[in-house]
Amino acid sequence: MTDQPKPPQGHSDLPEPVVRQRRRFSASAIWLVPVLAALVGLSLVINAWVQAGPTISVSFQTASGLEAGKTPVKYKNVVIGKVTSIRLSKDRSHVITRISLEKNAESFATKDTRFWVVRPRIGLGGVSGIDTLLSGAFIGADVGESKDAEDEFTGLETPPAITHGAPGKSFALHSDDLGSLDIGSPVYFRRIQVGRVASYELDRDGKGVSVQIFIDSPNDGFVTKSSRFWNASGVDVQLGANGLKLNTQSLATVLAGGVAFQDPAGPHDATPAAEDAQFQLFNDQATAMAPPDGEPRYIRMRFDHSLRGLAIDAPVEFQGINIGRVVSINLDYDEKAQRFPLVVGAVVYPQRLGRVHDKLVAIAQARGEDADLAQMMGKLVEHGLRAQARSGNLLTGQLYIALDFIPNAPKVDFDINARPMQIPTAPGSFDKLQEQLGVIVDKVQKIPFDSIGKHLDQTLADLDGTLKQVNGKVLPEFHNTLKGAQQTLGTANNALSSDSPLQQNLGATMQELQRAARSLRVLTDYLGGHPEALIRGRKADPAPPKPTPVDTPTPPPSGPSQPKGSKP
Amino acid sequence: MSSLPRAHELGLIGCHVCGLVCRDVPDLHDATCPRCGAALHRRKLGSFARTWALLIAAFFFYIPANVLPIMRTVSLGDVDDNTILSGVLELWVKGSPDLAIIVFTASIVVPMLKFLAMSLLLISAHRRTAWAQRQRAKLYRLVEFIGYWSMLDVFVVALLTALVQFGILSLVEPLPGVVFFGLTVVLTMLASMSFDPRLIWDSKETHD
Repeated sequence: MTDQPKPPQGHSDLPEPVVRQRRRFSASAIWLVPVLAALVGLSLVINAWVQAGPTISVSFQTASGLEAGKTPVKYKNVVIGKVTSIRLSKDRSHVITRISLEKNAESFATKDTRFWVVRPRIGLGGVSGIDTLLSGAFIGADVGESKDAEDEFTGLETPPAITHGAPGKSFALHSDDLGSLDIGSPVYFRRIQVGRVASYELDRDGKGVSVQIFIDSPNDGFVTKSSRFWNASGVDVQLGANGLKLNTQSLATVLAGGVAFQDPAGPHDATPAAEDAQFQLFNDQATAMAPPDGEPRYIRMRFDHSLRGLAIDAPVEFQGINIGRVVSINLDYDEKAQRFPLVVGAVVYPQRLGRVHDKLVAIAQARGEDADLAQMMGKLVEHGLRAQARSGNLLTGQLYIALDFIPNAPKVDFDINARPMQIPTAPGSFDKLQEQLGVIVDKVQKIPFDSIGKHLDQTLADLDGTLKQVNGKVLPEFHNTLKGAQQTLGTANNALSSDSPLQQNLGATMQELQRAARSLRVLTDYLGGHPEALIRGRKADPAPPKPTPVDTPTPPPSGPSQPKGSKP
Repeated sequence: MSSLPRAHELGLIGCHVCGLVCRDVPDLHDATCPRCGAALHRRKLGSFARTWALLIAAFFFYIPANVLPIMRTVSLGDVDDNTILSGVLELWVKGSPDLAIIVFTASIVVPMLKFLAMSLLLISAHRRTAWAQRQRAKLYRLVEFIGYWSMLDVFVVALLTALVQFGILSLVEPLPGVVFFGLTVVLTMLASMSFDPRLIWDSKETHD
């Protein structure tokens, strides 16, 4: 456009543009727009960079429920990061998730932070993580106290029962088996949940299970050095003299299991247990609350009769106190006697006798003897201690072993040095009953029923004759006698009847007598009033006074015949 | 003067606004149309600078538009943030490739083509090359035309946000990405508007 516009050729009628001074903004100002855009973009980048926290990697067994770019990491339900990628580990044994934490969650990239996947867990104890049903799984985090930075973690497969820093104490329980306990199973104290099972593991030797429980503060103070823990999973049904008794901690524990603890009754060490103290986990409350068992002792008993109904674990009782249980029942053969005795092995805990055991030990020591159980047993056996298989339940016929003093027990030899200890036995109560029944039957058999029958028959025949005699002779005589008696009575009756002459004479006589009595009275009355009559004789009776006519005014005769006054 | 004469060679100038043809004057900077009062100029003022600036700005905004999520869909507690690309991928994976292609075309292909086309037009016009002038003019018309339809994503987000508000059941809300995408579209449209298509024809050959 270097050339000047040429004068219009033949367009002279074209309008001229209006030229007026005005301000125009420079075209270069438009460059502000990209600068602004760049600034905005830059600020976004800077913002993202500032906001970005550390990136960590957490390995899990499975990536189920996790989604790259979506699954959040939460602490106390606040999102602190996000899963950015999920990949398999090189050996394909687990998955590695990369998580970018937020800037303010930097402290989570430290050594003792724990990560786990929160999925909906529906257990018998309840439902947890129900919100994840809708929103999908998320990764839970629990930060520890360490300050050491760490960016590689191994995720937990189950959520930790205890968040870090939760006030309370954890304790270790040892048990033979886990029962129905699970992580999160409740721990009860006086039927109030005060804690839960944090973890469990097999003991190294595989002979037991260690259960870690956590008791929340302030209830952790109730765990004392002498606390007893027991498995509250089952239903304890007792059918006793007091009726049916059902004992359970809560319905949930019946299904899902739980642990309960309590201090034993009576004096005990009530100092709170230290953190991580070890306890035994008993199978039920009764066992837990029983006095400590102490050293188990093995005893052996030899029974000569059948022990049907005796089972392994049947109780061994001393004077009614459970001191042990049967562990073995074996059949033996006695060649000499050609019999098959049963050998019962049992484990007893002498310490369950409590003070009695202590006393026995003390007495034995006072005598300067060895305080060994065998020694003491020897003494007791001398005094008639015998083992008996007794019927514990009449309905089921179950037997138990009772150690009891049998009066007049035949003496037996007791080998103090025999191991295991051999306790002499006595026939059980049932056998005794059988024996007594036998005696009774014997006696009954001895009764001469035949001769008794014969005699009775004769007697009855005699009786028959006698009765005949009575009927034929005695009874007619008796009849006549009665008739005679009847006649006599009739005569007497006639004599005494109201119209009999005797009766009439008697009446007349009585009247006469009455009259005489009246005259006598008149005489005495007269004499009372006139004693002189005795001398002068009786005066003549005064004439009875004439009755004077009463002068009554006669009323004017009134009657229909008499006309009235005057006529009006 | 090998081809058709130009307006200024004939001493003429047309008003951009009302189309009035009037006489070309030397001092065109302050001249206005005698009929409608709009400023008169032979070519759009600073067309190159403006178009470049707007195009670059649009490009700057196009980066966050793709990086940042544009839409959050919450259905039954399942929160899902989607960028443009992840939305396309999700559509594809979830079995609607046709929709995925449409969204991909509208949100990725078209803006990118626009950038390319505008850059091509600007560079070629700057070099005053006579190469494929007709095709370039067609391209420009195409860019102009497509401009209106590039807002597809923004419309979708705006519509969904307005329609899907069922609380916990289902919820759609816009995220910052869509703002940048909108800005990109607006700036590319402005860039294509500020480009003077007559520059395509101002080649050295035709001029000299």
